[in-house]
Order: sequence, then C-alpha cells, then structure tokens
Amino acid sequence: MNTTGFKRFRKAISKYWMLYLMVAPGLCYLLINNYMPMAGLTVAFKQYNAQKGIWGSNFVGLKNFEFLFKTKDAWTITRNTLGYNALFIVFGTVLAVAVAILLNEVRSDSARKIYQTVTLIPFMISMVVVSYLVYAFLATDTGFINNSILKPLGFDAVSWYSDSKPWPVILVIVNLWKGFGYSSIIYYATLVGINREYYEAAVIDGANRLQQIRYVSLPGLKSTIITLTLLNVGRIFYSDFGLFYQVPMNQGALFDVTNTIDTYVFRGLMQTNNIGMSSAAGFYQSLVGFVLVLAANAVVRKVSPEDALY
Amino acid sequence: MVEAKKGFQIVFHIAFILLSLACLLPFALLIISSITEETALIRYGYTFFPKEFSFDAYKYLLVDSTAILRGYGISIMTTVIGTVANLTLTTLLAYPLSRKDLPGRNTIAFVVFFTMLFNGGLVPSYMMWTQTFHIKNTFAALIVPNLMMGAFYVIMMRTYFTANVPDAVIEAARIDGAGEGRILLRIVLPMSIPIVATLALLVGLQYWNDWLNGLYYVNNDNLFSIQVLLYKMLMSAEFLKSSASTALPMGITLPSTGIRMAVAVLGSLPMLIVYPFFQRYFVKGIVIGAVKG
Repeated sequence: MNTTGFKRFRKAISKYWMLYLMVAPGLCYLLINNYMPMAGLTVAFKQYNAQKGIWGSNFVGLKNFEFLFKTKDAWTITRNTLGYNALFIVFGTVLAVAVAILLNEVRSDSARKIYQTVTLIPFMISMVVVSYLVYAFLATDTGFINNSILKPLGFDAVSWYSDSKPWPVILVIVNLWKGFGYSSIIYYATLVGINREYYEAAVIDGANRLQQIRYVSLPGLKSTIITLTLLNVGRIFYSDFGLFYQVPMNQGALFDVTNTIDTYVFRGLMQTNNIGMSSAAGFYQSLVGFVLVLAANAVVRKVSPEDALY
Repeated sequence: MVEAKKGFQIVFHIAFILLSLACLLPFALLIISSITEETALIRYGYTFFPKEFSFDAYKYLLVDSTAILRGYGISIMTTVIGTVANLTLTTLLAYPLSRKDLPGRNTIAFVVFFTMLFNGGLVPSYMMWTQTFHIKNTFAALIVPNLMMGAFYVIMMRTYFTANVPDAVIEAARIDGAGEGRILLRIVLPMSIPIVATLALLVGLQYWNDWLNGLYYVNNDNLFSIQVLLYKMLMSAEFLKSSASTALPMGITLPSTGIRMAVAVLGSLPMLIVYPFFQRYFVKGIVIGAVKG
C-alpha cells in the first residue's frame, strides 16, 4: 500500500469508524450464515463421514453426482422444481396483476381496505396451518370434499393422499391462494403511483375503462412485472419446502409429483441418511440456481436495462 | 354513462367478495371444526354446519395442556427476540450502506447482495450449525439460523433511507456535532417508521410461522414452538392412521381432531390480530422499499 493510499485509509477510518462498527455485526452474521456454508459445498465431492466432518472426509471426485444422475429422481426433482415454478410464475403474476387492477378500480376507500386485508390473510398463516386447511378439505374419511361435495352428488370418495394425479392442480391452487394477496399489494402500490393525469388524458381521448387499463395501467405495471418475474426466475431452482413436503404430508405415493430439489435434499439428509446424493443435489441446486439468476438478469439488461437488478 | 360506471363497480365488488370468500372459507372451516363435537366430526366429517358444538378443545388447551402453553411461550419469545435482533442487525447494516460518502460502500453492498445470488444450501448449513456451533436442541437454534438477517430486507431498508432521508439533513446534524449513532436513532429512524413497521411485520411473521428451524435442529419437547407442535401432531395423526399397528407408544396420547384444529386457530390468531396495526405502513413500506429498490 502506498503512503497516500494508507493516509486516505486512515482518514476514512477516523471519520467513519462508527459506520464501519455498525456494519460489523451484520457482516459477521452473513459471513457465518451465508458464506461459510458456501465453502462447505465441497462436501458434495466427498464421501461424508460424520466422525471426520466436512473437511476430514475422503475426496471422491464426481462419484456422488454420478450416483445422483443415474437415478430417476434426478430428472423427477428437476422437472418438478422447474415445472411448478413456471406454473406459479405465470398464473401467480396474471392473478396478482388482475387483482391489483380490479382493486385500483374499486372506488370505495373502505371497501378497498377490507378487500386488501382479507386477501392478505392466507399470506399471514404458516404452511403448517395451510396443511391443516388442505387436510380438512381432502381427508379421505372426514374431508369436506369427499363428505359434503362428492358423496351428496353420488360420486365415490377419492383417496386424495394416495392418488398423485390431482396434486399438480392442488399445489398450484394452494400456492396461488397463499401468495396472491401479497404480490397484488406490490402491483397495486405501483398502480397508485401512476400519475392520474395519464388517466385523465386517456379519458379526454375517449378511452373507456378497458382501454384505460390496456393503455395506462398495464404499461405502468411493466417495470414491476419484469422486476418481480426476474426475481422469481432467479429462484426457479428453489422451491417452497413447506408446500411440497408438508401440504402433501410427506406421502410416499405422491413423491412422483411432489418431490422437488429441496424436499429431496431434506429427505436425504434427515431421513434416509443419504448424505452423498443429498449434498450432490444441493450443489446442483446452488450452481444451476446461480447461473439462472445471472442469465435472467442478462436477458433483462438486454431487453429493458433500467429494470435489471445490477 | 353513470349507469355504466355503477354496473362496473358492482361487477368489481362481486369479484372481490368471491375472492374474499375464497380466502376466508377455509379458515372458517378450521374454526368451525375446532368447536365441533368430536364424535360428530368423526361421523359427519368436516362441515360448515356441524350438528353439535363443543368448546371442550379450547377448555382443554387453555386449562389443562402444558405443552400448548409452553409452545405459545416459546413462539412468543422466539418472535420477540428474533424480530428485535433482526431489525437491529438490518438497520445497522442498511444505514451505512445508504450513506453515499462512505468509502468502501460498494464493496460492502456487494458482499451483502451476493448472498442473494448464491448460497450453500441446506446440507452444509446444517452441518455447520450442528457440528461447528453445536446448536442442536438449544433455544438459539430457533433464532439464529437463516432468519436473523437477510440481504433482501437490508436492501429494502437502504433503498428507503436513500429515498426518504435527504443527505442535507444528515449533513446538518453532523455539523451540529451529532455522532453517527445519534443521527441514526434521532433523525433517520423517526423518518423511516413505515419501513421499520413493514419489516417488523414481515420478520415477525417469519419467526412466528417458522417451523423449519424446529424441524431441523430441535427434537426436545420443551423447545417445540406452536408451529412445530402443529407439525408433529398432524404428521403423527396421519402416521398412526396409516401404520398397521393401532397401539400407541407408551405414554403418548394423540390429541383429538378438535384440539388439533383449535391449536391451528390459536397458532394463527396472533398475526391476524397484529396485522391491522401495521397495515397503515405496510403498503407504503413495500412500495418504497421493494418496488423502487
């Protein structure tokens, strides 16, 4: 370090030491909680031995990955993770934008506040409680759907927790139900920020309600839609563990359509004690997830630079 | 014209009433099941119009059950301590990052931001927390891993500070001789109540609803939060039904359906009660913090 650099450094410290001190605890936490596990990812290349720990275990190269990608599971968990997320992004965005636009059109202030509060209730409850709600509807012998809908209509009861076919629909509904209130707040907030003069100008030009939505509201939302979709695409290799593990109640018969990378890693680590495959799947998730965020951002930087994350 | 406007409004209201019902009815079913007489529930299943009511589940929970009360205690302690710790760390990191004159600001911001792009995932985190920090079956396991601070909230808060606290105000305070700690506490935070309230609600919600840290790191009954208890109860009920042997392990009794539903109601209520107090700030906090960020 040359002397001027050192001087500047000392000057910065003496003027800003308090700010650096403030930053320290948070950075320490990130270092431990986020950065140390990054180094620990090397466990995916080792034959893990609990006695020896991550660093002492024997290096086995790509063995764990070979085993993982030979199984059918590798394809299932990739397909499920990507597929569900794609459905969630498409339907979730459409629903949230539609709700936000509708909410913006409601004229009564008090009604708007009530709708906003009520649609946020599903966001407030835990995934465990959501699984109770789903169970109340789907339980085979006591569930609401079998007892109060199918039976009176003369249909046979469905054994929901052992039939995998309806689950893709169920999981999409549960995800939309839980999340739309929160994401529509973000879109609604953007709509409120649109200058009222645009709407007035549109009215003067003879635009009706639908045309106002089409030519003022939707373009005004574009930026937010891109940002939120980008964030979601960046997380497309990650799934909501609770939704895929707890809502289908960890039922083996449903694994084909409920197993995602996160549930697979969890089961390997905590239940089947298959650390090698589990850590390989985790590494696969971290790496591909990272590439996807970078790719998503690169695309946005091309299409609409002002909306890129960095 | 006026007629058409009214017609539109009616359509909007009908749409929202249907959406609201979709949000409320499942919860109503849960509440009604928790006050349905147990034998009626088993015979007729979950229904919105039970034949017999009974408040036994709540009576049992509030008077006789130590596990549930303890769970409540654990949940409240985790939520309060965790939220305060999270907001303290988040604020202390966000404020210096909002200061454009701070040397090294971009490097620090990158260190924070990078954790949103790349992470180690469950396996190495689990090994680190259990083997290096021996966190298993401690109260800290419910507070420290994953939830104590996240880059996203730091960035939201920094964005809010940058947008709402003019540099000139901070500069003026410095000239008056105020230290950085004083500036943060007396000037920046009072100007930023919406974002603090928004993050307090989001973080509090995460802690209250968290069951994953409990699932990963705790198998001691005394440390089960309300959400972990709910998880254990539902899973063991299903397990007992599907397993061939109907005999319960010694000393374990499975709570009735009504009791489980009552716990689920009690486990959700606090957040639903608290929310209206935060709503005033919520939209504003999210707009400026998240959308513009």
